[in-house]
Amino acid sequence: MIKSVLVANRGEIARRVFRACRDLGIGTVAVCSDPDAAAPHAREADVAVRLPGASPAETYLDAGLVLDAAKRSGAAAVHPGYGFLSENAEFARAVIGAGLTWIGPPPEAIAAMGSKIEAKKLMAAAGVPVLPELDPGRAGADDLPLLVKASAGGGGRGMRIVRDIGELDGAVAAARREAGSAFGDPTVFCEPLLEDARHIEVQILADAHGTVWALGERECSIQRRHQKIVEEAPSPAVGPELRAALCDAAVNAARAIGYTGAGTVEFMLAPGGRFHFLEVNTRLQVEHPVTECVYGVDLVRLQIEIAEGARLPDAPPAPRGHAIEVRLYAEDPARDWRPASGTLHTFEIPGVDDEFTVSAGLRLDSGVESGAEVGVHYDPMLAKVIAWAPTRRAAARRLAASLRGARIHGLTTNRDLLVRIMEDDAFLDGATDTGYLDRIGLAVLAAPLAGEAAVRVSALAAALAGAAADRASAPVLGGLPSGWRNLRSQPQRRSFDGPSGTIEVAYHLGRDGLHCDLCPGTRLVEAAPERVVLDHDGLRETFTVKAAGGAVHVDSRLGPVSFAVVPRFADPQARIAPGSLLAPMPGTVVRVETEAGATVTEGQTLLVLEAMKMEHRIAAPAAGTVAELNVGAGRQVEAGAVLAVIEGTPE
Amino acid sequence: MRLKSTLDASGPQYRERRAAMLAKIAELDAEHGKALAGGGEKYVARHRERGKMLVRERIEMLLDPDSPFLELSPLAAWGSDFPVGASVVTGIGVVEGVECMIVANDPTVRGGASNPWTVKKSFRAADIALENRLPVINLVESGGADLPTQKEIFIPGGRMFRDLTRLSAAGIPTIALVFGNSTAGGAYIPGMCDHVVMVKERAKVFLGGPPLVKMATGEEADDEELGGAEMHARTSGLADHMAVDEADALRLGRQIVRGLNHRRLGPEPGPVAEPLYDAEELAGIVPEDLKIPFDPREVIARVADGSEFDEFKPLYGTSLVTGWTRVHGYPIGVLANAQGVLFGEEAKKAAQFIQLANRAGTPLLFLHNTTGYMVGKEYEQSGIIKAGALMINAVANSGVPHISIVMGASYGAGNYGMCGRAYDPRFLFTWPSAKSAVMGPQQLAGVLSIVGRQAAQARGQVYDEDGDRAMRELVEAQIESESLPFFLSGRLYDDGVIDPRDTRTVLGLCLSVVHNAPVRGADGFGVFRM
Repeated sequence: MIKSVLVANRGEIARRVFRACRDLGIGTVAVCSDPDAAAPHAREADVAVRLPGASPAETYLDAGLVLDAAKRSGAAAVHPGYGFLSENAEFARAVIGAGLTWIGPPPEAIAAMGSKIEAKKLMAAAGVPVLPELDPGRAGADDLPLLVKASAGGGGRGMRIVRDIGELDGAVAAARREAGSAFGDPTVFCEPLLEDARHIEVQILADAHGTVWALGERECSIQRRHQKIVEEAPSPAVGPELRAALCDAAVNAARAIGYTGAGTVEFMLAPGGRFHFLEVNTRLQVEHPVTECVYGVDLVRLQIEIAEGARLPDAPPAPRGHAIEVRLYAEDPARDWRPASGTLHTFEIPGVDDEFTVSAGLRLDSGVESGAEVGVHYDPMLAKVIAWAPTRRAAARRLAASLRGARIHGLTTNRDLLVRIMEDDAFLDGATDTGYLDRIGLAVLAAPLAGEAAVRVSALAAALAGAAADRASAPVLGGLPSGWRNLRSQPQRRSFDGPSGTIEVAYHLGRDGLHCDLCPGTRLVEAAPERVVLDHDGLRETFTVKAAGGAVHVDSRLGPVSFAVVPRFADPQARIAPGSLLAPMPGTVVRVETEAGATVTEGQTLLVLEAMKMEHRIAAPAAGTVAELNVGAGRQVEAGAVLAVIEGTPE
Repeated sequence: MRLKSTLDASGPQYRERRAAMLAKIAELDAEHGKALAGGGEKYVARHRERGKMLVRERIEMLLDPDSPFLELSPLAAWGSDFPVGASVVTGIGVVEGVECMIVANDPTVRGGASNPWTVKKSFRAADIALENRLPVINLVESGGADLPTQKEIFIPGGRMFRDLTRLSAAGIPTIALVFGNSTAGGAYIPGMCDHVVMVKERAKVFLGGPPLVKMATGEEADDEELGGAEMHARTSGLADHMAVDEADALRLGRQIVRGLNHRRLGPEPGPVAEPLYDAEELAGIVPEDLKIPFDPREVIARVADGSEFDEFKPLYGTSLVTGWTRVHGYPIGVLANAQGVLFGEEAKKAAQFIQLANRAGTPLLFLHNTTGYMVGKEYEQSGIIKAGALMINAVANSGVPHISIVMGASYGAGNYGMCGRAYDPRFLFTWPSAKSAVMGPQQLAGVLSIVGRQAAQARGQVYDEDGDRAMRELVEAQIESESLPFFLSGRLYDDGVIDPRDTRTVLGLCLSVVHNAPVRGADGFGVFRM
């Protein structure tokens, strides 16, 4: 029996595995990089082992360090999670070689599936339908469109779509370069590109005694940059016959490579119902919770038990209902999915029934908590939210409602996009092939939930909450009416930078209530620092307000809005032209070592000032051009005088 | 004890009284509007064209966001030849959590020049600051004295500078933010302040401007050389800070207050409970005809925390209600006229109550609606003068802070006994329904008539009845107009006329303000004549 497990991973998947371990009474060991020192996964484990450094290469990808951590902490087994070392056969061998239990498939199976070209050959031999492989050298116009893929690839890297035969050579070369640098193996191959296809995958689970389960399919067609954002089980495009065929193919695939543990066989499903083998993922998938919720099984628990030598029952439990998972990313879909980093001031998902375990309602698998720092080193996925319901539409509605009500502050996320997908008619109709996002378009799907009117009234709520907060913290006269005047000449004012520019909220609270031209006819019902209730046309809307780090976040039924608070007073130093170099004290310019228009490097001495018998070097704060040079040698200057202005070189 | 209101807010009496009060409040708003209009549209527009902020915009930006601001003496100069408001705004507001006295010139009114009422209003502000230990922030932009009335300004006006340095000597900080002209005598405003900020290219602070210097010494010099912000910040050292613009000056003003390390010396308030009855109903309590008495408990029930009022001697001297309560968490003793007339019992009750408050160190609130001390053979013989003297002695020598609110009548020596202006209450506010005079207009005219008749009879003449009627009407009209709140407020005999519905807020603010100074009862009183 395994007594403790080290999880060679971070974030939500580490927490997911720990949860299963705790349920089994197994001890938990975390590894954590320096930025993750205070991360939930590191705090939750019985013991955490530091991996010095921040980049994945020097921490979670360093097999030697991880193994050392396992030895030092006395862990009996290693669970790799997904990503990082999870599909590294060498690492699996090293774990086993060190006398520890590897919670995963045999290293040979990992290695066999590591090369996509070899995997396809193996599968074709086992009778699994595969797409024909095209030799990049011999592909012609008839084969178009086609896909160039890295044999060792994953995550969309080393992948190119070719629609014009003239682009082929360039695409192959580029894919080779990318594959070489990302995976250390420049081998690429070509396949016919299936358009309007669906990404369907089958969860398999095999014990060491010959039992192989296929736990139905998941559909993961909605992807951005070849990464999944919405996954569900079962697929709306798969009926019982097709499901049986898919499951048979997956079981055959597993048997062909002597697979044990949890794995996923991925297929492309063409519109006509024909499917082709894509690859085998020899690990637990990010999207495993939807299968868990539909089949009522804890896959991680089963992984551990299989690693301990347990037998699976002959047949898996019957599936029931429908589960959908969305991945909440710190990224801005409207800006080319740019990842966001910074402090996640608030992270609250309402209505969660379960965390990291099978749920017949709303499940949250989150790697973060309120107050977390989200850095640039790792995947920007914050959490997965999973809804189970008897029907697909009911699950989608539950997810949409929860995401709408979520309070996520400090970072831009794809939440609004996920809500729009969950409420989109095409999605609800099951029209979710891999072209879904492009077809509906980000202009529609990434549009903020809060419209112009919602932004205005949210700004008002932010102002009134700010006023209430200032009243509540006032050292004197806090109990008097907000902004009271015996002679009123003008409103109170608060300004915010919002999604559509600066909004000035001019308001006053008189004997007869709220006056605000921004939202005429709106009545104040109550205002507290974190809660404002406004009445407009007889509709009473509640706004939850959170001020953090110079920003105000307003959540309501109308949609979330974040504002930056415009300071009442401008910083006088900010009024000096950026790049200005000021005299630190009164003195005499003794030397000028540059000239107007000169290009300078960071730290380069521009001039020397003598004051109080000391020489002070004035250096360029950054590389750029000398846009202004206001002094010459011998010139007396006063403290604060602008000596020179450096214009930065545009990046 | 929790007060039980018997006011019928749906009855005709309430509606009538409320309608009359709302009409008076509308008149008050119109008069306040004149003060707010400053120098009028033309001068306001010109001021804005120069990129300058209006005086109240400056104040708003100086204050803590959404904090209250009580403007003082807004009707100063009402009924005089000078614009209502007297070209200066004074008031108490919160800056960086500190209650401050703000004195700000309104440069749209004749360049912010001081007239005799400006000076009186500024003196009153300085008195309040000194008594209550409030830091003073001057927002300076004034063209100096109104020269045609210099005889009423020049000699008394010196007090302005004396007050500033005496405040400083008493440990009360003084700050000047100079936005524009502050020349000749006005230069001593920044000169006498502890902290000075001047706005770059705007402030002009010198004893003599270019023409005067040219005439006096023949020297050629420009404004900036003689008194610009740069010069004062870099050369003379009169300016401690140079602001890049008006907003920056206000920012610096706030920064200075933040660094004052101000401490309130009075006890801090207890928990606050809102009254059980609606303040809105305060507009329907006072009868339009002040001959009809009203129960001041109805007012207390709408002003006191939790409508609680522990009455003292409720069965004795019932024409004066006395008792203890709290307003915005501050304990306070209340003396309120109930039946208008003060008899010997009421006076003695008041004298005892005031002494108790002084022992306890509890501030006192006087709610005026009095026609004065009772006259007549019986009362003179029973010593009403002695009784009144007891009360006036106690009021005059009491050491705890007093606040007076004139709700209705405040006639005769009753005004003194109830801590009228001459008895230096820390604050005195008036409701629009109030009247203050030596006696009621009809009584005063009647007295004159009787005296005239007696004089005529003594000379053996026939009294001119028609003339008497005309005289009475004239006198009644004059006394009536001179006993009204706007007139008295215009002469600085109160600190402002307030909407009765704001009474609790004004009291809360004033009680907090008085607690910036230590609250202590008197060590002794004058000899009480028994």
